[in-house]
Amino acid sequence: MASSMSEIEIYEKLTPVFRDVFDDEDLTPTAEMTADDVEEWDSLSHIRLILSIEKTFGIRISTVEVGGLKQVSDLVRVIASKTDAA
Amino acid sequence: MTDRGNLFWLPSKPADFAAQLTAAQADDGPLAPRLRALAAHALDINGLNRLAKVLRKARAEGRALTPLSPFRLGVLSNSTSSLVAPAIEATGLRHGFALEVVEAPFGMVVQEALDPESVLASSEVDAVLIAIDVHGAALKETPGDPEAAEATLTAVLGQIALIRQGLRSHTRATLIWQTMARQPETLFGSFDYRLEGTHRWLVDQLNRRLVDSLPDDELLVDVAGLAETIGLDAWHDPVQRNIGKLPFAQQWAPIYAEHVVRVIGALRGKSRKALVLDLDNTLWGGIIGDDGVDGIVIGQGSALGEAHLSVQQSALELHGRGVVLAVSSKNEDATARLPFREHDDMLLKEDHVAVFQANWIDKASNLATIADALTLGRDALVFLDDNPAERLQVRGALPEIGVPELPADAAYYRRALNAAGYFEAVAFSDDDRKRSGFYKENAKRLQLQSSAGSLDDYHASLQMVATFQPFDSLGRARISQLINKSNQFNLTTRRYTEAQVGEVEADPSRFTLQARLADVFGDNGMIGVLIADCSADAWEIDTWLMSCRVLGRRMEEAVLGELVRAAREAGAARIVGRFIPSDRNMMVARHYEKLGFDKVSEDASGESLWSLSVADVVLPSLPMQIIRLGAGPAEA
Repeated sequence: MASSMSEIEIYEKLTPVFRDVFDDEDLTPTAEMTADDVEEWDSLSHIRLILSIEKTFGIRISTVEVGGLKQVSDLVRVIASKTDAA
Repeated sequence: MTDRGNLFWLPSKPADFAAQLTAAQADDGPLAPRLRALAAHALDINGLNRLAKVLRKARAEGRALTPLSPFRLGVLSNSTSSLVAPAIEATGLRHGFALEVVEAPFGMVVQEALDPESVLASSEVDAVLIAIDVHGAALKETPGDPEAAEATLTAVLGQIALIRQGLRSHTRATLIWQTMARQPETLFGSFDYRLEGTHRWLVDQLNRRLVDSLPDDELLVDVAGLAETIGLDAWHDPVQRNIGKLPFAQQWAPIYAEHVVRVIGALRGKSRKALVLDLDNTLWGGIIGDDGVDGIVIGQGSALGEAHLSVQQSALELHGRGVVLAVSSKNEDATARLPFREHDDMLLKEDHVAVFQANWIDKASNLATIADALTLGRDALVFLDDNPAERLQVRGALPEIGVPELPADAAYYRRALNAAGYFEAVAFSDDDRKRSGFYKENAKRLQLQSSAGSLDDYHASLQMVATFQPFDSLGRARISQLINKSNQFNLTTRRYTEAQVGEVEADPSRFTLQARLADVFGDNGMIGVLIADCSADAWEIDTWLMSCRVLGRRMEEAVLGELVRAAREAGAARIVGRFIPSDRNMMVARHYEKLGFDKVSEDASGESLWSLSVADVVLPSLPMQIIRLGAGPAEA
C-alpha cells in the first residue's frame, strides 16, 4: 500500500467485511469487540475473517500475528502496520 | 485473465447481494428460483456461506424448494470439512439442487464407513464424498526402498477397500472418491518423481491405482488436477494447515465445491447437452458480412487466426463427445454459411451444426427456437458469444442458459469455456458417441416427414426395429443413466442408484423392460425404461420413461403392447399408471389418457392415477418390427 491508512479508514473498510463474514448487516466492529460478542464468530468463521481481511486490504497475516488476535483492536493494529508507508 | 479460483466465467456478485437475499427470504413467493439466480454469480466463501444459511433455514422451516432436486451428500474427511460444507450446499443451488451435506465426525473415516449405525448409514444419503487428502493418507516416506513403498501403498489401498466395503454394505449411496494433490515440496528435486518411496512418487502411484480400481458405478473428483491447475503453491497453505487442519487454502473452497457439485450434476443428468456458437469474432476474427471470406481471420497464419481456430477445436472435440452444436448469428443466412462452405482453414463444417440460425432476430429468441428444435430444455444449452451486450441480453431473457463471461482476448476463449465446466460427464458410452449424429438425423427426419405424405407413410419409411428385453446386468449402467437423467418424458421421475436398479432386476415381483430402437438412420440405442410392480390383480407402473428423440413414432404404444402381453400371460386384470407432475414433465400429463386409460383420481398437486382393463385392450399393428429377447443366464 502506498500510503498509510488512518484507523478511521480501516474501520470503514472493515465494517462491510464483518457484515459479509458474519452474515449480519447491522454489525459494526468496535475496538473492544471479541468473538464472544458475535454469535457467528467461531474458529471456522474466524478463518474466513482472516482470509477476507487479507483479500480486502491486500495483506498477509503471519502465523505469529494470527495467534495474537484477541479483539478487534489487535486486528486493526496488524492491518495498520501492514498498510504503512515504507 | 482466466482466474478460475474466482469463478471468472460467472457474472460478479451484485452489490446488493445481501439485500436481495433478505428480500427473497421475506417474500412469500417461490424461493428456489431466486436462490438459484443469486447462486449464478461468482460468489466467494462468505457469499456461499450466507446463501447456504438461507437454504438451511428454508429447509428447516419446511418451505417449498421446488423445482430444485433434493440431494443428500455425506462427507467423510480426515481434515476439517466444515468450511466446505456450506460452499457445497450453496453451489448446489447453481446446478439446480437443494443439497444437504451430512458431515461424519471429523477424522474417523474408516470407523464411520464400517459402522452400520454411523451417521451416514442412518441418514439416507444419496452419495458419499470420501475426502481423504494427502495429510491423512498415512503415506510413509521411504525414499529408495521399493519394498517398503509397495507395503505403504498396499496398506493405504487396503484402507480404501475397507471404506468401500463398509459404505457399500451400510448405505445405498453412490461413492465419490478424490485424487490427492501432491505437495509442492520435494526431497531431492526432480529426482523425487523417479525414486520409489518419495512422497511425490507415492502420491502419483496412489492416485493411479485408486483410479484404476474404481468400479463403473463409483465416481471421481480429480482434486489433484484442480490443485495443479490452481497451482500447488497456492493450493497448499501452511498457515491455514497449521491453524485449523484445513486440507487446502479455503479461498479455493468455491472452486472445489463447484467441481464436486459438477460430478453430482453429471450423475443426475444436469450437465448441459448443446453448445450454441456465435460466429463473428467468436469462431473467426472479423465480421463476415463486412470482411468477406477472404477478410475474416481464421487459421494458422496469425496469432488471432490460431486463437479462433482453438475455439473451433473446442467445439469439434465436444461434438465428438456427443455434445450438440448449433449456431446463432446476426447475419444473412447465406453470408453466415460462406466460411463453412468455402474457407479452407475452417475446422467446423456445416455438417457439424445441428441447427443453424443466422438472421436478424434477437439472440434470446433464436436460442429458445434452437432449444425447441432440439427438444432440449433451456438449461441444457450453453451460449458462447464474444459480445458482452449479447451475453447480457440472453442472460436476462433466458437465465437458465449457461452464458459464460469471456476475457477480452480470444486466445483464452477455449480455456474459459472449458473452465466453466458445463459439460461434465461421468461416463462415455457408445450411445454418447453417436448422440450428436442423432440430433442431426432428427433434423433430417423432420425434413423426411414433411416430404413423406401421410404420417403412416413416414413411419413405414423409417424401417424401425424395436427390441424389448427385461433388465439385465449388461444394460444396468445405461438403465441407471436414463433413470437419473430423464426429465421430460418421465411419468413419475423416480430416481434409483445403480445398486437399486440391480435389486429391481432381480426382483421376481416386478416386470421390467428396456427398449431399444433402430431405424434407417442408425441405432438409437436404449430409448425406454419401464418398471411395473406386479400383484395378482393389478400391475402398477412405477417407472416409465422414454427418450424425447423417439417421440411421435408410436413407441409408446409398442411399450404398452409389451406390458399388456405380459400382464395377460400372468393373469392380471388391470394395469395402473400414475402421473406425478414435476416442472419438467408436463408433456406426459395426458400420456395415459392418450393410451386409452381411464382416470381414477387426481389430487390437488396434479398427481393422477389411471387404470386400464387388460381384457379390453386391442393391440394395434404398429409400423415397426418387434424383437423380443428373453432374460439372459443369471449374472453375478
